[in-house]
Amino acid sequence: MDVYSLFREFADSWALLALVLVFVGVVIWAFRPGSRKIHDDVANIPFRHEDRPAPSGSTGARGQGGAK
Amino acid sequence: MWDYIKLAVLGAIAVFAAIAANYARDLAYMVNALTVMLAAAITFVWVLRRIDTPRPQDSNEYLDGVVRAGVIATAFWGVVGFLVGVTVAFQLAFPALNLSELAHGYLNFGKLRPLHTSAVIFAFGGNALIMSSFYVVQRTSAARLWGGNLAWFVFWGYQLVIVLAATGYILGATQSKEYAEPEWYVDWWLTIVWVAYLAVFLGTIIKRKEPHIYVANWFYLSFIVTIAMLHVVNNLAIPVSVFGSKSVQVFAGVQDAMTQWWYGHNAVGFFLTAGFLGMMYYFVPKQAERPVFSYKLSIIHFWALIFLYIWAGPHHLHYTALPEWASTLGMVFSIILWMPSWGGMINGLMTLSGAWDKIRTDPVIRMMVISIGFYGMSTFEGPMMSIKAVNSLSHYTDWTIGHVHSGALGWNGMITFGALYFLVPRLWNRGGLYSLKLVSWHFWLATIGIVLYAASMWVTGIMEGLMWREVDANGFLVNAFADTVSAKFPMYVVRGLGGVMYLTGAIIMVYNLWATVAKQSATATASAAVPAE
Repeated sequence: MDVYSLFREFADSWALLALVLVFVGVVIWAFRPGSRKIHDDVANIPFRHEDRPAPSGSTGARGQGGAK
Repeated sequence: MWDYIKLAVLGAIAVFAAIAANYARDLAYMVNALTVMLAAAITFVWVLRRIDTPRPQDSNEYLDGVVRAGVIATAFWGVVGFLVGVTVAFQLAFPALNLSELAHGYLNFGKLRPLHTSAVIFAFGGNALIMSSFYVVQRTSAARLWGGNLAWFVFWGYQLVIVLAATGYILGATQSKEYAEPEWYVDWWLTIVWVAYLAVFLGTIIKRKEPHIYVANWFYLSFIVTIAMLHVVNNLAIPVSVFGSKSVQVFAGVQDAMTQWWYGHNAVGFFLTAGFLGMMYYFVPKQAERPVFSYKLSIIHFWALIFLYIWAGPHHLHYTALPEWASTLGMVFSIILWMPSWGGMINGLMTLSGAWDKIRTDPVIRMMVISIGFYGMSTFEGPMMSIKAVNSLSHYTDWTIGHVHSGALGWNGMITFGALYFLVPRLWNRGGLYSLKLVSWHFWLATIGIVLYAASMWVTGIMEGLMWREVDANGFLVNAFADTVSAKFPMYVVRGLGGVMYLTGAIIMVYNLWATVAKQSATATASAAVPAE
């Protein structure tokens, strides 16, 4: 079998399956139990550090309300 | 020490550019080489004048100077791009405006058309993306831009790309690939600038203080990475000579066409969609003062868009030498794309739920909302046009041009205007915009301009498609090509007028932004007035 046909066969079988599974996995991960609290917290990221960066030394500068 | 290396490199570039200009095989190459020489010389003098002066690193301040420069560049290139667009629109209606006798063909439609597309997409849109991504990634990472002044290199390097490309088009350097016209040396330079851009952006994300990477940054990052990949693969070419602009493509025939439209459609998908969605996911929540409607939906929006867009390119090549299966694949993926696109649109619009009154009171929000509306409309129209049966009527007609402009003027333009109105008072530390009334003027001029544009192109596109396929009882074509051209004249005038309105709106915006800074005094907020410790 020539290289083109080999690639083609792989692309529309295993590669396709792998990509679909990755995508389904991402969707399931987004809806995992307990994600709502995290998502409500991270959706507020734009409202935290408008004027200046978080001070150096502080890591995990989760603002108001977020549990680390 | 670092400054001395910079001087040596800049000096070497200037000298090599001078040699290259001397040996140049064509005019475009010579002018571009002289431009590079000039740019290197100016940078050399600038580095020399501030050599060994200590520069304090304000690590507890955001690097906003480069964002301010980007705002100015975006507004400037926007007006230039719209002006060239209006010019080519009237050239189509009135061919005498090509001024062929006077300008010896240098200002013909064929030369100005790529100048227009590159100016609006890459100069206006590109500067908007680079500028806004630098602003957003700092705020959402709570960290200063990585790499010191590397961001400035990205800014000026990108302006050099624009100038080289623009002068090259006029003087005849083009590789004739739509949206990838610049010749090999401009492509190489853009690759260097783009890698630096990726480094600045990624470096800032890596040193972020927020544990989570905000969704806008995902979109921006996918835009930067994918454009790098598309640009390199589509521009694989071998220069004929180091001292000439001409190069030869590595791919040929249908492979070349497929590579080109894999590039071309993903330039739409990742440059004009993913990047601008990054803007949407930051600026719409900020202006509405409420978080995005559904963060889960934004995650699914992102991954669905990324997984699907990359396959949609073949719909540009229906009924060509492309294999049937590839053509069908492109069509199917284009139609599936409708779902994530509308998911994103709903997510953007619903961010306003509970604050719908702002559409009445805040013209900036109104601008952002209509941009999301146009995003929804053009992402409905696009999949429909990718269906083979529809495409057999719409392809090669003005319908395509109308579709592109409802996306570009409506979605990309309006969201950029919204971002500019948001940014200028904040970046220059002013209390607010100079005039909200002028924003309303801009809004209505731009909106009516787009409606005129899109409506006239629907009419002329469908008319043209029907005229091309009309046959008489004996199976002969009824219309000559020239018949369609003369039938399109009134719609071309309407389209040009729509462009004039859009351009007028943009000029009003520039005045308003200028007055915001120049006619108002700075507010002494704590953030900007306190010196860095």
